[in-house]
Amino acid sequence: MSTVLAVRDLKKSFGGIVAVDGVSFDVTEGEILGIIGPNGSGKSTLFNCILGQLRPSAGDVRIDGRSVTGLRPCDLNRLGVSRTFQLLQIFPQLTARENLILAGQEHKGSMFSRLVGPSDAGLSEPADRMLEFFRLDHLADEQAGSLSYGQQKLLDAAMAFISGPRLALLDEPAGGVNLTMLTSLRDRLKAINVERGATFVVIEHNMEFVMALCDRILVLAEGRIIAGGRPADVRRDPKVIEAYLGH
Amino acid sequence: MADILQLLVAGLATGAIYALVAIGFTLLWQTSQTINFAQGEFVMLPAFFVLIGTGYFGLSFWPAVALATVVSVVVLGLLFKRLIVDPMMRHGVLPLVIATIGLAIFFKEAVREFYGADAQPFPPVVAATEVTVFGVALALQSLVVLAISIAAVVALQLFLSGTRTGRCMQACAQNPTVARLLGIPVERMILYTFLINAALVTLAAILITPIYLAKFTNGEWLGLYAFIAAIIGGFNQVRGAIVGGLLLGVIDNFAAAYLSSQYRMAIPLLILIVVVLVRPQGLLGRIEERTV
Amino acid sequence: MRPGPRRLAGIILMLAAAFLLAAPFAFKPYGIFILSMWAVMTIAAIGLNLTLGYAGQISLAQAAFVGIGAYITALLTTKGWPFWSTYLLGGMSCFAIGWLLGYPALRVQHHYLAFVTLAFNTLVYLIFRNEEWLTGGIYGISNVPRPDVAGWSMNGPREFYYFCLAHLALVSLATWWLIRSPWGRAFVALRENPMRALSLGVDTRRYTLMAFALGAGLGGISGALYAPLVQFVDPTPFALGLSLNLLLMVVVGGSGFFFAPFLGAMVAVLLPEWLRFTEGFYLMGYALLVVVLMVVCPSGLLGLAARLVRPAGRPGARSTAETSVAGPDAAVQSEGAR
Repeated sequence: MSTVLAVRDLKKSFGGIVAVDGVSFDVTEGEILGIIGPNGSGKSTLFNCILGQLRPSAGDVRIDGRSVTGLRPCDLNRLGVSRTFQLLQIFPQLTARENLILAGQEHKGSMFSRLVGPSDAGLSEPADRMLEFFRLDHLADEQAGSLSYGQQKLLDAAMAFISGPRLALLDEPAGGVNLTMLTSLRDRLKAINVERGATFVVIEHNMEFVMALCDRILVLAEGRIIAGGRPADVRRDPKVIEAYLGH
Repeated sequence: MADILQLLVAGLATGAIYALVAIGFTLLWQTSQTINFAQGEFVMLPAFFVLIGTGYFGLSFWPAVALATVVSVVVLGLLFKRLIVDPMMRHGVLPLVIATIGLAIFFKEAVREFYGADAQPFPPVVAATEVTVFGVALALQSLVVLAISIAAVVALQLFLSGTRTGRCMQACAQNPTVARLLGIPVERMILYTFLINAALVTLAAILITPIYLAKFTNGEWLGLYAFIAAIIGGFNQVRGAIVGGLLLGVIDNFAAAYLSSQYRMAIPLLILIVVVLVRPQGLLGRIEERTV
Repeated sequence: MRPGPRRLAGIILMLAAAFLLAAPFAFKPYGIFILSMWAVMTIAAIGLNLTLGYAGQISLAQAAFVGIGAYITALLTTKGWPFWSTYLLGGMSCFAIGWLLGYPALRVQHHYLAFVTLAFNTLVYLIFRNEEWLTGGIYGISNVPRPDVAGWSMNGPREFYYFCLAHLALVSLATWWLIRSPWGRAFVALRENPMRALSLGVDTRRYTLMAFALGAGLGGISGALYAPLVQFVDPTPFALGLSLNLLLMVVVGGSGFFFAPFLGAMVAVLLPEWLRFTEGFYLMGYALLVVVLMVVCPSGLLGLAARLVRPAGRPGARSTAETSVAGPDAAVQSEGAR
């Protein structure tokens, strides 16, 4: 199984504050990696550095062996890396289907072909199938803004996977979602990994969610990885317990 | 040498007036995120209030000025805030910009309709005589304008940093949420900035209209110069507006004297473009943290 | 839209189209001239609606592009060049210049961008006014000829009106196609949430430049029609006033709605003529309307209409099949949401 993502010695400081302090890890194809850690441990900053939203102060990020450090987010996306944000960011006035078409269209053809080609860039069907997979197909023509919060979260996740990315990074996908939706979300994410081989990394605070979903977990505290391994092992690791309780 | 000194003083004088207008503009932006595209018309109007006072009501100059000030503060300060800015706060910046553009057109046309399209002479604050300083003949008017403007700015700065109300206003400008938590009546502080702006534009009107005559189109270029001054200096700093205004007045005066008069306006515009592209926070400003 | 309002909108559109086609037979030459002017201004406003309404980039430079298009056409056709060449040249030059003007938009946004575009417009106006050797300065260029189409002269008011109307139809169709295409969706993403758009692979840089370029190009085409319409080109119409007027047209109509430019241009060009007797008061009334409209409904007249059609309080509880062409509650409101 090849290494999809390789992060080496990633550092990010803001003035005097070191948010990420020399983080290194790999993500192999087909795995679901979880990243947990107390608030302020640098999880989101880590994501933003990997994804080009922030420029790392030091270190290297490689996708499929190719260095992508400091590339613009849109270029990274077209290399096959997608993401969701902590704060839900779908497009409320577009329909659910249109949100998905938008998420996939920039991968299809050239800018010119997108102007003269079909108005949906040939994505209506894949979008509908993705909506079906996430059990949102009955809402395809509804404005995304009128969906419930949980449904929007599912749509957000669907948007991350529509273009068949090499790697998806999900920032707190379970945040604010009610219990019934949580099961559905976790189930769908697991399914997309098992059935379609999607590789992804999840940042989460919801322990139960992440423990049940992920194959492997890394624990971040004060910008450094303090533990890693299978969910059951991490859960029992005294360093992890201290990191959480000690705050 | 004498020429240069005269140009410099005259430039500083007009620059000081631009500074007054730019300060008001900056204050409105700082405290309430209001971009007042009608700021130029706000300067154009009070001059006409004075003329109506002297012409229609038969008052002499200074009582007319007093009346005009009161009317300005009420209409351009209080009513502007209550009727236009307040209801639009929740809609964001662009609708307010459009509304102020509409307001500018409205004022311009109203003056043209109700007063007339011709340029009207306006009594100067002091007679147009010359004074000799260091062997150079300087226009007394320029010196008086400069003195009054400096006095106004100093008074404003003292108010803002020296009094409790002033410091509250500064707090509101920097962080309205925290200001509210501290119990500062933010709404009232914002109202004060609008009132101060109205007073500043009235003063600017009285100082600048004698030079350029009272005309309904004055607002167009005055507003533009105020924006440029505010941006050159740094949009989120009152000191910036002062520096920007003075700089602009001097540069503009020298450009008019030494460069083709046809492209006089081009210099401030080019400076504006360069500043916005190279250093958007202006000469003195900080990078705006508020933007998305 | 629900079937009732959709049918109503369809009927209104058909009536409007019928009116536009039949009008020249009912109006005197001056009336036809004004209608032609409406069509020409609508094209410029469509361009601005693309830049501002759909892509969310504020531009106060549209008048400069109309002017550039007009001067290129006037200068070349008076020297005997065929209209088509000047028309393409004008459109393409404006496209290129508009692309360049987009670069500042990558660095600054909102009111800073407004000032830069404002400065650009004024600088271009100064060049028009001062460079007499090129543009004729304040004396302008007279006797701009009207073109022939396949041997058919467009000289008469009626013929030229249909010429303008045909262009408006073509531009409208092209714009409609653009909005429905992936580009249209990318523009909406750029306007609503540039950061999210970036993360979805939307090259915001390129689409921003494109939004400016397309808007400017349409401004140029509008100018290319303006020159033979008025048959005299001087600097005065292309000053900042027109840019502000076009901005108001788009916003009053409803920034981001497909038909906003048509409606806005009607309010700004047609109504003042029909309400001529009010003279200066019309402008005052118009300005007051703008202020009141912004307070009550910043998404313009079409936004107001949409609000009446949709029951209040249910945000977007309607199927968007064809109305996704419109950008409901566009840039104007989303500014506040940020």
